[in-house]
Amino acid sequence: MNNNTEIIKQTLAKRYAKERRFRALGMVSVFLGLMFLLVLLVGILFKATPAFTQHYLSVDMNYDASSLGVGNNPTVSELEGANYRGLIRNTLYEQFPEVTKRQDKRELGALISGSAEYQIRDALLANPALLNTNTRVQVLLDDDVDTYLKNNTHSGRVSEQQIAWIQKLEDSGAVERSFNRNLFTNGDSREPESAGLLGATMGSLYALTICLLVSFPIGVMAAIYLEEFAPKNRWVDLIEININNLAAVPSIVFGLLGLAVFLNFFGMPRSAPLVGGLVLALLTLPTIIIASRSAIKSVPPSIREAALGLGASKMQTVFQHVVPLAMPGILTGAIIGSARALGEAAPLLMIGMVAFIVDVPQGFTDPSTVLPIQIFLWADSPERAFIAMTSAATIVLLVFLICMNGLAIWLRKRFEKQW
Amino acid sequence: MAAESTEEKTNKENTKVDIEQQLGETVGEQFTKEQKFSLRNVDVFYADNHAINDISMDIAPNEVVAFIGPSGCGKSTFLRVLNRMNDTIDICRVSGDIRLDGEDIYDKKMDPVLLRARVGMVFQKPNPFPKSIYDNVAYGPKLHGLASSRAELDDIVRTSLKRAGLLKEVENRLDEPGTGLSGGQQQRLCIARTIAVSPEVILMDEPASALDPIATAIIEELIDELRENYTIAIVTHSMQQAARISQRTAYFHLGKLVEMGPTEKIFTNPDHTLTENYITGRFG
Repeated sequence: MNNNTEIIKQTLAKRYAKERRFRALGMVSVFLGLMFLLVLLVGILFKATPAFTQHYLSVDMNYDASSLGVGNNPTVSELEGANYRGLIRNTLYEQFPEVTKRQDKRELGALISGSAEYQIRDALLANPALLNTNTRVQVLLDDDVDTYLKNNTHSGRVSEQQIAWIQKLEDSGAVERSFNRNLFTNGDSREPESAGLLGATMGSLYALTICLLVSFPIGVMAAIYLEEFAPKNRWVDLIEININNLAAVPSIVFGLLGLAVFLNFFGMPRSAPLVGGLVLALLTLPTIIIASRSAIKSVPPSIREAALGLGASKMQTVFQHVVPLAMPGILTGAIIGSARALGEAAPLLMIGMVAFIVDVPQGFTDPSTVLPIQIFLWADSPERAFIAMTSAATIVLLVFLICMNGLAIWLRKRFEKQW
Repeated sequence: MAAESTEEKTNKENTKVDIEQQLGETVGEQFTKEQKFSLRNVDVFYADNHAINDISMDIAPNEVVAFIGPSGCGKSTFLRVLNRMNDTIDICRVSGDIRLDGEDIYDKKMDPVLLRARVGMVFQKPNPFPKSIYDNVAYGPKLHGLASSRAELDDIVRTSLKRAGLLKEVENRLDEPGTGLSGGQQQRLCIARTIAVSPEVILMDEPASALDPIATAIIEELIDELRENYTIAIVTHSMQQAARISQRTAYFHLGKLVEMGPTEKIFTNPDHTLTENYITGRFG
């Protein structure tokens, strides 16, 4: 007995050292992981901040009928076709009477965003009484000017002359920096200053709705059947292996499948969230089935026996006891699966959701894009301002994902029961 | 080394053969005049494993029959034959003639759902549903539509809890989860849940094995009271328990029914040497 105590004592020091080493390694890994995450998040946040604000120019705009090239009592179509660009330019030239050369005039006009004329037009169309009156309006500055003002560095995109004009406008207090509403209310645009995420966000929402509507019921029913009702034979084993394999198939393959089946065979509309959702549903299905099966499997068999022993039928046992107890796990699986679907870009490229679409989709068959593809498109755009926009879009996608995970945790807590 | 282990193996095989040779026809009185259950030549297979080997016995109405035997002797499997709980196991196959009140329960016409309403079961580990105490007891009656009104259901729940000796303890917290009760209370809740369906027979699979002596005593008293209305078959590891609560005892060994007879006789003067060895503690 004493001998054993000695031997054990000798090994103890070794065992404790091993434990300490393991714990230290674990802490180092956690620390490293958190550091990487922090660097990533801080980097994105830092890059994205400029995109959340924009520079506007406040000017007294005289909706002068002669500048617009219309009569004093114009019709709607006359108003729609009026020369708003000229109006804006004239307003600017009035501020800088010393600019006379055509070349310089063009440069001066380039300070204002190309989207400003539509803004002015919409304001006048909404309220025709503004004609021939003087109103103070805020118009967007061009993205190059905006980038120059945000960074205060000379990038070559704005000339010395333009810088001097901007300086003058700034000194007079006409340049204002305010929140970039366009980012959340507009669809995509070639002009970074008026490009927004609403189209892509709505596209993502529509696609996700279709994805969940299709994959959740099918996935859960398949899991219940396979786990509770299916006989244990070679066919079921084969199906099981294939479902597990499907979960590991590269997502672009599902895109090709969607292209071949939904677009070419069924002739569904291109670039539509309907098709995107169906492709994502195929992608999510294996995840939901696997998660649901393991949730159903983890319900203690004693609960099934209790219900069967009381004379409940198989169906009643499954739907009154097993499924409610497995619900937290099933829901978590569904939401993790759809969170993955939300972040997918590759399969949607194949069905044409990569197109440049300005309009915000109004339904499931309207052409649209989704958030990850919007990020891809913006990252690919040459304008400097899109660098910040890309990061901003990434943050919007991350917030979307965090909300979904939060929902998963909340649902889990709600359905969880002790047994 | 090798030679030695072979020799050992042969020795072991020899003992096994000896025991199997002792296992012949069932001795004692396994048949009764009146029969609730009558079982003839019952065999149960798990795939290739012959778990129950040609067992015949009767269970009389309003008696408590105890099934005893060493671990793995098939007594739980045999109990589960009586309400077709083995149906849920894919690889399990049952043959033989098993009749409840003269009806073949393995007949195609017999609905296992109806059978399980007539033959209730209490399991080894208390397994209340993760619902309120009230819902636990009310589940069976609701399932079978035994109560036509809420008041009637209330009445069934209270009566069942009372008969299971639990009502006093839980009267004021019927809406609390059944899983929050102590082990002994949970098991009585499971008994209340079973008798709420008013079965004719109650099968109990080591109902007291997870309980302390006080809770066990309460359950044993309960079984004695339940005997007035129900027929009870109980599997137990405790020979004292079998002696205390049962009228007849069946001794199982390696899937065979070795001996069955009045409890008093089995525990004082068994006919079979295996039974004697078991009850005197020489193995098992």
